[in-house]
Amino acid sequence: MSEMPAAARPVRRRVVTEELHEGPIRASAYVCEAASCMSAQAAEITARLGELVAESGLGDVTVKRVGCLGLCAAGPLVEIAQTGQLFERVRPDDVDGIVAALRDVKPTDERRPQGPFFEKQMRVATENFGLVDPESLDDYVGRGGYETLRRVLADMTSAEVRDEITRSGLRGRGGAGYPTGLKWTTVAKAQGSQKYVICNADEGDPGAFMDRSVLESDPYRILEGMAIAAFAVHATEGYVYCRAEYPLAVYRLRAAIRSAQRAGFLGAGIADTSFNFDIQVRLGAGAFVCGEETALIASVEGRRGTPRPRPPYPAVSGLWGQPTLINNVETFANVPAILRRGAEWYASIGHGKSRGTKVFALAGRIVNTGLVEVPMGMTLREIVYDIGGGIIGGRPFKAVQTGGPSGGCIPAQFLDMEVDYESLIEVGSFIGSGGLIVMDDTSCMVDVAKYFQDFCRDESCGKCTPCRVGTTQMWMLLDQITRGEATLDDLATLERLAAIVQKTALCGLGQGAPNPIFSTLRYFRDEYMAHIVDRVCPAGVCAITPVEVMA
Amino acid sequence: MTTVYTLRIDGRDVAGSEDATVLDVARENGIDIPTLCHLDGITDRGACRLCMVEITGSNKLTPACMTKIVEGMEVTAHSDRLLEYRRAITEMLFVERNHICAVCVANNHCELQDTAEELGLTHFDLPRISPKVDIDASHRLFSIDHNRCILCLRCVRVCDEIEGAHTWDIMHRGLDTRVQTDMGIPWGESTTCTSCGKCVQVCPTGALFEKGRAVARGSKTRRPFLPWMKVVAEERGL
Ligand SMILES: Cc1cc2nc3c(=O)[nH]c(=O)nc-3n(C[C@H](O)[C@H](O)[C@H](O)COP(=O)(O)O)c2cc1C
Ligand code: SF4
Ligand code: SF4
Ligand code: FES
Repeated sequence: MSEMPAAARPVRRRVVTEELHEGPIRASAYVCEAASCMSAQAAEITARLGELVAESGLGDVTVKRVGCLGLCAAGPLVEIAQTGQLFERVRPDDVDGIVAALRDVKPTDERRPQGPFFEKQMRVATENFGLVDPESLDDYVGRGGYETLRRVLADMTSAEVRDEITRSGLRGRGGAGYPTGLKWTTVAKAQGSQKYVICNADEGDPGAFMDRSVLESDPYRILEGMAIAAFAVHATEGYVYCRAEYPLAVYRLRAAIRSAQRAGFLGAGIADTSFNFDIQVRLGAGAFVCGEETALIASVEGRRGTPRPRPPYPAVSGLWGQPTLINNVETFANVPAILRRGAEWYASIGHGKSRGTKVFALAGRIVNTGLVEVPMGMTLREIVYDIGGGIIGGRPFKAVQTGGPSGGCIPAQFLDMEVDYESLIEVGSFIGSGGLIVMDDTSCMVDVAKYFQDFCRDESCGKCTPCRVGTTQMWMLLDQITRGEATLDDLATLERLAAIVQKTALCGLGQGAPNPIFSTLRYFRDEYMAHIVDRVCPAGVCAITPVEVMA
Repeated sequence: MTTVYTLRIDGRDVAGSEDATVLDVARENGIDIPTLCHLDGITDRGACRLCMVEITGSNKLTPACMTKIVEGMEVTAHSDRLLEYRRAITEMLFVERNHICAVCVANNHCELQDTAEELGLTHFDLPRISPKVDIDASHRLFSIDHNRCILCLRCVRVCDEIEGAHTWDIMHRGLDTRVQTDMGIPWGESTTCTSCGKCVQVCPTGALFEKGRAVARGSKTRRPFLPWMKVVAEERGL
């Protein structure tokens, strides 16, 4: 394979980047149109605002659709771009007030961040969120989009791109934290007549919506990141595997692919060079296991989506048996920023072996439910209390669940722990894809463990024995405990079974399924004992019928 | 020219050709590793997890049936820990559905039973699941009792890879996984089944059996290869 920059070709097409509006703009209202705000009728707000601005004859005011503004629970959200003033839970009647505020915007106004929720964040993967119109290529290009790809194709060799990613310290954001540069190098060096790039947008963890937000808020960013990756690993075909439950993300992605193709950012001769790369969308039918890379590949090939033992890894033998780069949505979203601002800049953010930032989806008993991006190494306390606004109703913090069904619960004693890949594993959890579910004293930890086990047994593909049978058995034992019908022997069986499933299951789903049990037993064994020995649920969640004692 | 690698299995120095698996080499050398989903001649899936072995230098267990040998590899195929895991996996297969050996056509001719015996599985500790599952007796010559099926998918693979009919496949997931004929129609109505009987022959348990044989007569005894082809040929007057 050649390590030469993609050769410049004569200009065939001009990439059109028109200004959106004529004349200077004094004020603009940005309406969040990501799924969460859309479900609260954000589109109606955009329309009303537009009408009213037109009626009021405000020629220097624009209304624009943007991606996620972050505070998802308070939607629909409207922001005045020039002042940073944020309107929450906007009803159609509130539109007059927003127009009045728009009228008052002075040309001298400066955008102000509003409170710790915004100030403490650091936006890299989500830097365009709330700024670009996710359905407009022109807007993306207007904000510097595709400049990085052009520069990469014009000035860099694929080896230089890989080196940049390696030096940045970027690790996979899909869960395992595998070094991205190393993966890219493996794919680039692997033997194969055709190579592929796949973007994993299956995102099945309960409570996680990071990848969905990225696709809904800044789809071109993913296309650009994938194109850079394809150049770096010598691939010419790409797939985005997205779950069908994300219709808006799929719609925007498809629209973005079409317009990028038309503008020459995808297809043959990208950005007027000799580099070819095109992307297709594949929809997942909602099986969690299809996020596992080998199952995902089987599914793209049109087969039943079940994992297979690795090695061989997809980097060596993936889609149709060819070397395949598979990365998570957020991983790709970081790529353009790294190449634009340099590996050193990216590597300067973060903590220990975890560099850069991480997007988290805050959920559960937390005030500011929503999407946040923070530098690696921020403490849990800062995330939960400063950014998240603390626990609803000021109740005591009990634990935070991270890593989805393969993760664990981190108790209050670790609130001052720095959040990164290694430290979470040390306390028995897992950074996972970035779901962060906060729990207060009204949560029963045995019940939480049971919930995740129920999820795993439901999502087990059924291929390997330990997961197919073991997850149900673990759930049965947990169910017995929560009904107050278990003995200490049952608890011992549960612990033995969990260890066996962890060690013998085929893929990460089964291997990780016992983790919520291990971590709740590690920090909340007393709650298990209360259910078993005293037959009470300390949090009052589990309905335990008192047993009659025979005198 | 094939390269020959030398490796160690359970402390014994052994050798095998480069494309051999740990299981191949172990068996060639009389080292017995229990298996259920593996069957010589069809592709491996690494699914039952009975053949898991330890490889020095790796913190993960790996299925011997799908692990290619490499030079200098050190394999532990038998240890107390592995025995415990294998017993537990066999137990899981027993309690997943109804395996009442005394009333099974395959009693004494069953690979699941043999495995349990070899591993010294004497009693069950794990919760029994035993869901209600069906029997399909619509085929002229054979029946399938899903109660005895351990989802090894030998039937699926032999039908696809050897017979080329691809009558069998799987449906649903997790505990609800079932083998099925022709997209879920009764076996007797299948238009792709050639009645060759290969699936019945490779089934390790009493799930697939020949009709008209009494309980415990052992449908899995050695029989002339593909006897049912003869039956079908006679019926068609060939
Ligand atoms: C059961 C299971 C589900 C997974 N689901 C996802 C997912 O939804 N999205 C994702 O990016 N990675 C998922 N992964 C991880 C992928 O297998 C793979 O490691 C990842 O896509 C690699 O990308 P990265 O290196 O950028 O993280 C899952 C893994 C397992 C075992
Ligand atoms: S661990 Fe579970 S999901 Fe993974 S292959 Fe085994 S049965 Fe399927
Ligand atoms: S019917 Fe027999 S061969 Fe087929 S999957 Fe079940 S146990 Fe295996
Ligand atoms: S024989 Fe190897 S996993 Fe079943």
